[in-house]
Amino acid sequence: MLKKFNFRFILFCIMVLMLAAVVSCAKKAPEPEEGVPEQEQKISETEAEEAERQTKESQESKIDEQELEARKKAEERERQKAEEEKERFLSQKVYFEFDDSSLTAEAREVLQRKVRWLREHPDACVIIEGHCDERGTDEYNLALGSRRAESVKDFLVNAGIDPSELTTISYGEERPAVKGHNEDAWAKNRRAEFRFCR
Amino acid sequence: MIRILRPCFIVTVFFVAVLLAALPGNCKPSYDYINISEPFTNKIPMAVPVFKTLSEGATEDGAAKNSADIMQDALAYTGYFKMIDRRAFLVDPEKQGIVPGEINFKNWRDVGAELLITGGLRTKAEVLQMEFRLFDPFREEMLLGKRYTGNVADQRRMVLKFCGEVIKRLTGKSGLFQSSIAFIGDRGEGRAVYVCDFDGNNLTRITKPQEIVVSPAWSPDGRFIAYTAYLNEHPNIYVYDFSSGMQEIFAAYEGINLTPTWRPDQPGMAATLSFEGDEEIYLLTGTGKIDKRLTKSWGVDVSPTFSPDGDQMAFVSNRSGSPQIYVMDLKSGRVSRLTYEGDYNTQPEWSPVADKIVYSGMKDGKADIYVIDVETRETSRLTRQAGSNEAPSWSPDGSMIVFSSTRTGSSRLYVMTASGTDQRQLLDMPGIQKLPAWSPARQQ
Repeated sequence: MLKKFNFRFILFCIMVLMLAAVVSCAKKAPEPEEGVPEQEQKISETEAEEAERQTKESQESKIDEQELEARKKAEERERQKAEEEKERFLSQKVYFEFDDSSLTAEAREVLQRKVRWLREHPDACVIIEGHCDERGTDEYNLALGSRRAESVKDFLVNAGIDPSELTTISYGEERPAVKGHNEDAWAKNRRAEFRFCR
Repeated sequence: MIRILRPCFIVTVFFVAVLLAALPGNCKPSYDYINISEPFTNKIPMAVPVFKTLSEGATEDGAAKNSADIMQDALAYTGYFKMIDRRAFLVDPEKQGIVPGEINFKNWRDVGAELLITGGLRTKAEVLQMEFRLFDPFREEMLLGKRYTGNVADQRRMVLKFCGEVIKRLTGKSGLFQSSIAFIGDRGEGRAVYVCDFDGNNLTRITKPQEIVVSPAWSPDGRFIAYTAYLNEHPNIYVYDFSSGMQEIFAAYEGINLTPTWRPDQPGMAATLSFEGDEEIYLLTGTGKIDKRLTKSWGVDVSPTFSPDGDQMAFVSNRSGSPQIYVMDLKSGRVSRLTYEGDYNTQPEWSPVADKIVYSGMKDGKADIYVIDVETRETSRLTRQAGSNEAPSWSPDGSMIVFSSTRTGSSRLYVMTASGTDQRQLLDMPGIQKLPAWSPARQQ
């Protein structure tokens, strides 16, 4: 009985205290400034802030856009350049003398460029194709094409390229780059070509 | 879809052959009919009159003419004989007998026939019986007589069997009439391995057309053909099995797997592989495992070919700066250079019967066929035609050579005698044909 009463009394006291707190809070609410209607002042403040924010924002977004545009362009240039470099890597062929698999000075220059590209793209998996001109016999040309591809691979490996990313294949005289039965055509067909692994 | 080929030498003997008469008194045949040193320039005049029909009625007249033509063409193909035009004959063979007592040999001597073949045939239902006799009209002597009984469909085979007996009687060696020729053909649908009879008959494609197929090579028993084809951009060695009509990968090492050639004396092959970074010749076991590396020279080593006893191997190497043919003694490993003339000698093939190697030697981009004696290095040039003459291959008796030539434009197959005479086109087939390989002798 005594316990129940005590509990009720405490509950009552808490409620009274809470009510008192609410009343005191209401009394402390800010007084409006003189001469300026409360509502108006609020709006003008907001407008100014908004305008300021807007100009700021529009300026900022302009700068952003310009930067983005420039960055995009740079990226595009970069991408194009990379694409061109990749394209050049693939399209530049290494040429050989007749019945020869040794690398000429010119071939070494082309291969140096390929080394630079391969160093920048260490993950590129490359197939080196060896080709011959139509003169000569089928089997020997398949072996010679293989020898040419191996010569190129040896050069790249000696320059530090990971041999596990390089595969060789020979097509002998089976896939000429150009048609024709003259020295001009033959010179263009004695070659090593590059492509990426599938 | 690959057609299953059943070459004649796998099929068991399907007809019965009977010796018609014992050989002359001394029983030791003499082989002096064919001049060994100049067999193809001094051709023996031969008469093959139309065969006689022995049964009632004239139902096999066509077969009689046809059989005589097959025999005449097949024997003429060898280059040993000059066939006498039937219109020049003084006798009507239908009115004359075909057995020794019934032949007036003077009539045949008068037309210049140094050899005469008579034949008779009879058919009963589907059974064909043929008898053939080979005579020497000057000695008035029968050199050979055989009777064959078989199915009507086996006519060609029976005739060719007798042709083989004729060559054996005259030269002491089995002929080439049961052999086949494999080659790479392309009718516009891609390259494939094709096989035909020694004379171009019975043409069959045995592999699927692909972009690149090279180096067909017969096993010594004629039951398999090895070749290199590109599967998924990789050149592997395959083996085609005539009994199943299927092919299996034999070697697929990294790099190239090229120019397989079978060992003549034991299972396995030699081939060029590049998995170690250089094109070297290796011996492979019967299952395609590496047995051992044979060449140890930087640069191209390719196109191995074994001597008949398997003790020596010729091959192509550019170790001296240009492709030349070298010979390796397999026991000692000693290598000696064989060819010195010209700066592009490739595609060697060791004769199956002699220490001679046939190869193609190139000058100004055009190749010609040469034969070189392994001991004396004496070289003779066999082709002098326009165009490029390449990829020579010996017949199993060493008497003929098949090769490819561009003398009429596209690459076609030609045959010639081992002396280079009687060059003629083997096949009339559209597209290109190249890299022929003559099969070994039929195992009888």
